[in-house]
Amino acid sequence: MTSQASLFVAVFTIVNIAACLWLMWWTAKDRSTPGAKQATQTDGSVEKTGHVWDGDLEEYNNPLPRWWLGLFIITVVFGAAYLVLFPGLGNFSGLRGWSQVSQYEQQLAQAQEKLETRLAALKDRSIEDLARDSSAMATAKNLFGANCSTCHGSDARGARGFPNLTDDDWLYGGDPDTIYQTIAYGRRGIMPALGSVLGERGVNEVASYVVSLSGGKAPEDWVAAGKQHFETLCVACHGPDGRGNQALGAPNLTDDVWLYGRDFDTIRATIMNGRDNQMPAHLELLGEARVKLLAAYVLSLSGGPKKNASPQDQNVPADVEQSAVSGATSTAPAERESDDAQHPAAADSDGQHAAPSLAFNPQPSDPSPEPSSS
Amino acid sequence: MSNISQATEGVVTHYNDKVVRQFAIMTVVWGIVGMAVGVFIAAQLMFPALNFDIPWLTYSRLRPLHTNAVIFAFGGCALFATSYYVVQRTCHTRLFSDRLAAFTFWGWQLVIVLAAITLPLGITQSKEYAELEWPIDLLIAVVWVAYAVVFFGTIVKRKIKHIYVANWFFAAFIITIAVLHIVNNIALPVSLTKSYVVYSGVVDAMVQWWYGHNAVGFFLTAGFLGMMYYFVPKQAGRPIYSYRLSIVHFWALISIYMWAGPHHLHYTTLPDWAQSLGMVFSLILLAPSWGGMINGLMTLSGAWHKLRTDPILKFLVVALSFYGMSTFEGPMMSIKTVNALSHYTDWTVGHVHSGALGWVAFITIGSLYALIPKLFGRSQMWSVKLMEAHFWIATVGIVLYVTSMWIAGVMQGLMWRATNDDGTLTYTFVEALKSTYPYYGIRLLGGVLYLAGMAIMAVNVWKTVRDAKPVEVPVAAPVHA
Repeated sequence: MTSQASLFVAVFTIVNIAACLWLMWWTAKDRSTPGAKQATQTDGSVEKTGHVWDGDLEEYNNPLPRWWLGLFIITVVFGAAYLVLFPGLGNFSGLRGWSQVSQYEQQLAQAQEKLETRLAALKDRSIEDLARDSSAMATAKNLFGANCSTCHGSDARGARGFPNLTDDDWLYGGDPDTIYQTIAYGRRGIMPALGSVLGERGVNEVASYVVSLSGGKAPEDWVAAGKQHFETLCVACHGPDGRGNQALGAPNLTDDVWLYGRDFDTIRATIMNGRDNQMPAHLELLGEARVKLLAAYVLSLSGGPKKNASPQDQNVPADVEQSAVSGATSTAPAERESDDAQHPAAADSDGQHAAPSLAFNPQPSDPSPEPSSS
Repeated sequence: MSNISQATEGVVTHYNDKVVRQFAIMTVVWGIVGMAVGVFIAAQLMFPALNFDIPWLTYSRLRPLHTNAVIFAFGGCALFATSYYVVQRTCHTRLFSDRLAAFTFWGWQLVIVLAAITLPLGITQSKEYAELEWPIDLLIAVVWVAYAVVFFGTIVKRKIKHIYVANWFFAAFIITIAVLHIVNNIALPVSLTKSYVVYSGVVDAMVQWWYGHNAVGFFLTAGFLGMMYYFVPKQAGRPIYSYRLSIVHFWALISIYMWAGPHHLHYTTLPDWAQSLGMVFSLILLAPSWGGMINGLMTLSGAWHKLRTDPILKFLVVALSFYGMSTFEGPMMSIKTVNALSHYTDWTVGHVHSGALGWVAFITIGSLYALIPKLFGRSQMWSVKLMEAHFWIATVGIVLYVTSMWIAGVMQGLMWRATNDDGTLTYTFVEALKSTYPYYGIRLLGGVLYLAGMAIMAVNVWKTVRDAKPVEVPVAAPVHA
């Protein structure tokens, strides 16, 4: 603020407060003037002003209630004192030297200090070790609540488009190092949009095939045709048998864990329009100790340290170059579907639903959805 | 009233009560619409599926519809009706222009209908309480200027020297709302349904809340104080308690309210000095606000016995009590340390509704119950029992609403800030939300009761006016010139 603006604010403020005080003083003065119309009323109140409107609207001219005047003055005094002590009058920063930023920083520093002390005691232990330590996990749970629950839910069971972290199914692998990598450097799972390559019919066929992979029913001829497309277009990432590839983050299509949904329409939309999933990198944001603790927490959620991931041949489990990999495809899958997943989270990708009911969609409604078993 | 001689300038002139009747009836209609939407979105907070996946029914679109409907449709029509009625009675003259008055009625109804269409369609400026897009804003500005012309024109041709205190408040309300509306809505249109407000960043936020808080201060406070200053002394049959209190609290109120907006922006990027001024002036506002309550309640002293039998007075007294409570609560919530707890919680929602349901709507309902029979040549509403029932049901509704939101708000504030010994936050947002559900239920119940009260009122009004012939009331001659 320029000094003129500052002066203006300060003067204007003071003038307004002073004007209120003057107004109080002026109206509080006793002025039972001789010209006043009527003397004391029967109920003891003072004279009326003599104005009459609409037949019977009149006014007494009682003095201002003392307690009310007192209240007014107290608030004015408080306000004046506050403006001396705290910033308010233009650029004058107040005798206390307070600012909201310094208050925030102080409170944050206090909490950080406690947490850093706590983390210092934990940071040299292994992820597996931490995952078995219930008091470490209590701290980790709160870190998870503050940093991860927005997407994965406070119970870590995910939501549509956001993997469930409590089951034993992993897009990139569930060993401690891989989990650490995922949290520290993030992941980007991209399923390319194949609509223009496959065409309307081709997409239906591949979707039918994918439905059949996890035991769902779909028209035989579409499944057969879809298999052919799959073997040229999809195997690179999802593998010949559709069981995915953790090196690439390509989901296993043969199980009952679905990131966006296993019904025909959803699968169809995924193939048609692709998916772009992003797990943000947290190392810079949180620092190594917290990331490690969170990795341990995620590990503990799915039953603690154990053998490596799930299906399939995964080659380079841990030290896959995260970002390089992430450039690769994949998307979907991970964990459990979304029925139970309360949230709308990924709702927009949902909008793409619109596509399915396009012109020719002769039989699909019957075939797809309910995968019988699993 | 008996000693009033009629104006005897040859032709007997009458008050223009047609426009008052129109606005009075629409007040009831829009009240029910606006409150029904409110109940619906309160239910959505408990049961999100109630938006049925239809965009027009989503919370984000219906919430502004609710606020606009209750503030500007219900509250606005009530203010038009009572200000037109009061200014004629207390100036002893007919409205300045019948045509312009009729224009304000139809223009305002058009504004409301346009709002009810565009808001669910998602057409919005995204400024709270100023969501309507620029073509509607222009219409509002034109209607409002016409309103000012009618009101001040009537004041100018008054037959009595002193301007009655109710008219000071109506006048301040009309002038200030014009200024607030125009300044806050200056925007660059890019199409018929989209514009960009000229302010940006924190300046935009400050202008918005300068507008927003003064909409509370002048629309919902000053305007309704005008209503109070006519109907309370009339209904109690007592003179206003203190003329000089009227003077102090009027000038202090309107000059100090102007500063209070920044308390909506505590702990934001708004500079510290502006926040502090907002807080200090909000605190100083306490006494001026209470001036109106004192003047109203003390006017009733000597008429307390009437409370037992007159449900209209009950509405008016309880309205004043809620006014006093809300105007105490507001300054307290503007204190930074309190605000750090209350901001963004349902406490704010409770505060607003104790003012809206308790003060604004109760003073309106009381005034309408007094006004409507007069407008239709009846001595009383069709059923006093129904008024009584309305009063009790609505009062219970407010209490449930406000207390549940207090508890929910304080709980949310405490949960959000709770930290553990290890420095981590204790609760996630969702946990606080889950804990709020029972209170959402109680709030919904409170809202349903309040709405039920309005339905009772609608029946009573319908029965009162159905077979009534609107009466032409001759302008009364002033007692003193």
